[in-house]
Amino acid sequence: MSEAAATSIAPSDGVTGLVDDWAADKQTYHVPWGKAMMWIFLVSDTFIFTCFLTGYLNVRMTTTQPWPPQSEIFALSFGGAPIPLILIAIMTFVLITSSGTMALAVNYGYRRDKFRTIMFICATAFFGATFVGMQAYEWSKLIVEEGVRPWGNPFGAPQFGSVFFMVTGFHGLHVSAGVIYLLWVARRIWAGYYDKKGFEIVEIAGLYWHFVDLVWVFIFAFFYLL
Amino acid sequence: MASSSDTAGQQHPLGIYYQIWILLFVVSAASYAVDYFDVQGAMRWTLVIVFMLVKAGFIIAIFMHALWERLALVLTILGPPGVLLILIAFMAVEGDYTTEARFDYMGHDRDAVALTPAEVHGTGGEHGEEEAH
Repeated sequence: MSEAAATSIAPSDGVTGLVDDWAADKQTYHVPWGKAMMWIFLVSDTFIFTCFLTGYLNVRMTTTQPWPPQSEIFALSFGGAPIPLILIAIMTFVLITSSGTMALAVNYGYRRDKFRTIMFICATAFFGATFVGMQAYEWSKLIVEEGVRPWGNPFGAPQFGSVFFMVTGFHGLHVSAGVIYLLWVARRIWAGYYDKKGFEIVEIAGLYWHFVDLVWVFIFAFFYLL
Repeated sequence: MASSSDTAGQQHPLGIYYQIWILLFVVSAASYAVDYFDVQGAMRWTLVIVFMLVKAGFIIAIFMHALWERLALVLTILGPPGVLLILIAFMAVEGDYTTEARFDYMGHDRDAVALTPAEVHGTGGEHGEEEAH
């Protein structure tokens, strides 16, 4: 019976497929359960980050004190004149690079090329760790040199500090957790744990990693650029 | 079982990942250029938000494979977060009301200007002096 259901579901896609999937008594999502659960987790995470960013929107709109100039606060000097926002730009490129290596890891996983999969997962974890390291530098510079605190700063609206530490901190926590998760997955692949089960785990880990990159796209735009 | 191999694996040619990867680099560089060349006003908002949506769209569609998923899963992913747009709209309206009330009735300064790091650190003058340079 499940055989018949699977074959009848496969050809129809789009709206007909949507109706078929939800009308079936047994199963709605025709993906491995781990992937469906990762997606549902990411949807809930979207809500958390959107609530943070909406809170940021609200305090930034309602504070009557001027918002600190992010472009100059996050500038960095390499011997010469300070380059605006350069550290954040480099962090953005590091995270995009890691997303690219993750996409390759997923692809090689499905080709059952274990060596390349592990190498690309480790490269992704390396770039992720680099990102967190640069963020730690950014935080310490902001706290020690610029005197930014969650309750105030020398430049303008005190909400700047609370939003900065909460949003980038929560994102950095996600990246750190992702690095650990990826290394754990790489180790299990190395141990042959997925040889029989299949390599969907790489795609599931990849979904998480791309999501972290996705969140950074919004933080980069709303917190640093606007 | 239902999680058969024909629907489980998301396998695509490597070329599309390289293309999207390069595209994300270019668009990120473009949004950084907006700040570097100090574009301001409505143009800044337009460019930054367009670049942001382009990046987000390609990450979700290609890297996260939403383009190739069945509609039931895609709507589960994109539908509930769509409701958040209503929250954002409400908070924007409410925020606008609050800030205007503070300016109009509570005497807050509409023309206050933030300090830059150079002013705070007193580059070119001792700290405490207002106009050192």
